[in-house]
Amino acid sequence: MSIIKVRNLSKIFGKRVKEATSLLDQGYSKEEILEKTGCTVGVNRASFEVESGEVFVIMGLSGSGKSTLVRLLNRLIDPTEGDVEVSGENLAKVGKEKLRKVRREKLSMVFQKFGLFPFRTVLENTEFGLEIQGIKKEERSQKAKEALELVGLGSFIHQYPDQLSGGMQQRVGLARALANDPEVLLMDEAFSALDPLIRKDMQDELLDLQEKMKKTIIFITHDLDEALRIGDRIALMKDGSIVQIGTPEEILVSPANDYVERFVEDVDRSKVLTANHIMKRPETVDIDKHGPRVALERMLEQGLSSMYVVDRTRQLKGYITADDVSEVRKNEQKNLHNIIRTDMPIAQPDTPIHDIFEIIHNAPVPVAVVEAGKLKGIIVRGAVIAALANGNGVTDTHE
Amino acid sequence: MSDFLPKLPVADWVDLFVEWVQSAFSFIFDPLKNEFGDFIEGTAEWLSEIPPFAVIIIVALLAFFISGKRIGLSIFSIVGLLFILNQDIWEELMFTFTLILFASLISVVIGIPLGILMSKSKWAQAIITPILDFMQTMPAFVYLIPAVVFFGIGMVPGIFASVVFATPPVVRFTNLGIRQVSNELVEAADAFGTTGPQKLFKVELPMARSTIMAGVNQTVMLSLSMVVIASRIGAPGLGDLVLSALQRAQGGQGFVAGLGIVILAIIIDRMTQYLNRNK
Ligand SMILES: Nc1ncnc2c1ncn2[C@@H]1O[C@H](COP(=O)(O)OP(=O)(O)OP(=O)(O)O)[C@@H](O)[C@H]1O
Ligand SMILES: [Mg+2]
Repeated sequence: MSIIKVRNLSKIFGKRVKEATSLLDQGYSKEEILEKTGCTVGVNRASFEVESGEVFVIMGLSGSGKSTLVRLLNRLIDPTEGDVEVSGENLAKVGKEKLRKVRREKLSMVFQKFGLFPFRTVLENTEFGLEIQGIKKEERSQKAKEALELVGLGSFIHQYPDQLSGGMQQRVGLARALANDPEVLLMDEAFSALDPLIRKDMQDELLDLQEKMKKTIIFITHDLDEALRIGDRIALMKDGSIVQIGTPEEILVSPANDYVERFVEDVDRSKVLTANHIMKRPETVDIDKHGPRVALERMLEQGLSSMYVVDRTRQLKGYITADDVSEVRKNEQKNLHNIIRTDMPIAQPDTPIHDIFEIIHNAPVPVAVVEAGKLKGIIVRGAVIAALANGNGVTDTHE
Repeated sequence: MSDFLPKLPVADWVDLFVEWVQSAFSFIFDPLKNEFGDFIEGTAEWLSEIPPFAVIIIVALLAFFISGKRIGLSIFSIVGLLFILNQDIWEELMFTFTLILFASLISVVIGIPLGILMSKSKWAQAIITPILDFMQTMPAFVYLIPAVVFFGIGMVPGIFASVVFATPPVVRFTNLGIRQVSNELVEAADAFGTTGPQKLFKVELPMARSTIMAGVNQTVMLSLSMVVIASRIGAPGLGDLVLSALQRAQGGQGFVAGLGIVILAIIIDRMTQYLNRNK
């Protein structure tokens, strides 16, 4: 079910909007219109629908109209033309009162520079949306605390924003948005101000949260890696227009035009790279030598929740999970045979990354790379995505 | 040159206008002059009756806590106030203090809403800005004239003249403070569905607080600087002492009264600044 429907949505900044609109209709470009009328085309007849529970990424270069588009969705910017439907309500047409209600209940926004109120504590910041709705002190602080727990800030509630790191501040921004329990999260370059490593963490966390809470997320970024990592679908913008909408795969594999192709050309290694390039050395247990005690010890040491099992000749037997192993230990059994599972995803060393991307989805354990029955290596999900995105972990083939 | 262009009777027109205002609005001016005047004088007298040592202790304690438990301003207050007491100008100090207290309060009560209005409306800004410029560039003495015309002599016209002279900074700073709030915070407020007043009170005013307080500080200082001028129209207090010293060429007496004003100014200035600094 579509929760957001955008039809022919345009925004033109400037004084001579009528003139600019008619020029736009005649097919003039953004630059020509700026030259002729002094008006800037922010968004040019964008149309798309976002499904409930989807992570919809809007991507494009600086100035392509991403921020304008997302602000049209909650009408921080009034559209010049077109419709924005959120849960069946056409925001382009509603009155102030109704608009406020939708903003309070259905849409929450997360900002690039966090947009936190410096004079409010973390808790008070998180309560903001609820306070605005006139919800009682106890109830709103309860809800805000839950939201802060969710983003892992449960013990920082009485700090002020400037006492926190950037990553933590953005968690507060996220908690503030979640506290309202909105249907849609609007995130404008929400992670762009963060260090690369923290940024990756936040992306993972967002995906975790998304899995738990099933929010619809509109995520703006100018970073293709980020778009590929978190997007269910990606819309690419250029000069205010949407040039392609598709899954990360579709965008990578069949770019709609030159612009998209140039955007993704660095990334399009999915066809040339194979499992061989991105697999890493597996941690294993040897079924002929090792029992539950060693297996558990190794898992603990490596921080793994599962591990592949081989025999003396490195033939792959299957995998075991930490839970099963501790169960076996409790019952004082001496070997692992009974708990070996075999529902793992398997690839050959020459399987293209492209295909691995498909099988790794929803797999319980990393992909096993097997040649002639022998376990050669394993591939974790992050490595596939990183390789698709920018070739990380493929130093040997990277020129 | 005035042979063929007779002098425009501007002064006469103004007089006529003033006369009209005087009679048409006497229902406002009269109670201000009488009841409000009595109230202010009562306050000043009441303040002078509090034992000076009690006042000194209270001021020192206030200074101590406002300055974040530092001792400097307290010591200065104690020494300064003891000096004033010693010079036998305590009562004058209380009258001056009352004058600037009311003048500043009225300035702030008028100024902050005006500043808010200015920040919210281009029109208001376009209209109010030149008026503020006018108020600030006009020599302060000029305000004494309407003050006397409407309120006679005494403390009320003194306060009136102070208010006219001292209100502009708090208006300007309030406007500036609100306009300076970062766009992202305004957007955040809007995006969460605030009403206009919610945005103002929960985001804009708190964000603008320290800028507004800087304006309040300037307003207080300006009204203090009006003290001597206001004494020309009969406002009692330290200014009056300075003035009479001037008229009788008593340099020493003038210096002592002037020093009293400076001491008061420093105490008030530092206190409002500290108030601004601590959260
Ligand atoms: N308030 C405004 N007034 C006039 N022009 C504007 C305004 N806001 C944006 N624009 C113009 O609209 C176009 C799109 O801007 P927008 O901020 O949406 O781009 P963006 O994709 O978010 O870029 P960035 O990655 O730099 O944030 C730009 O050409 C910009 O100059
Ligand atoms: Mg932007």
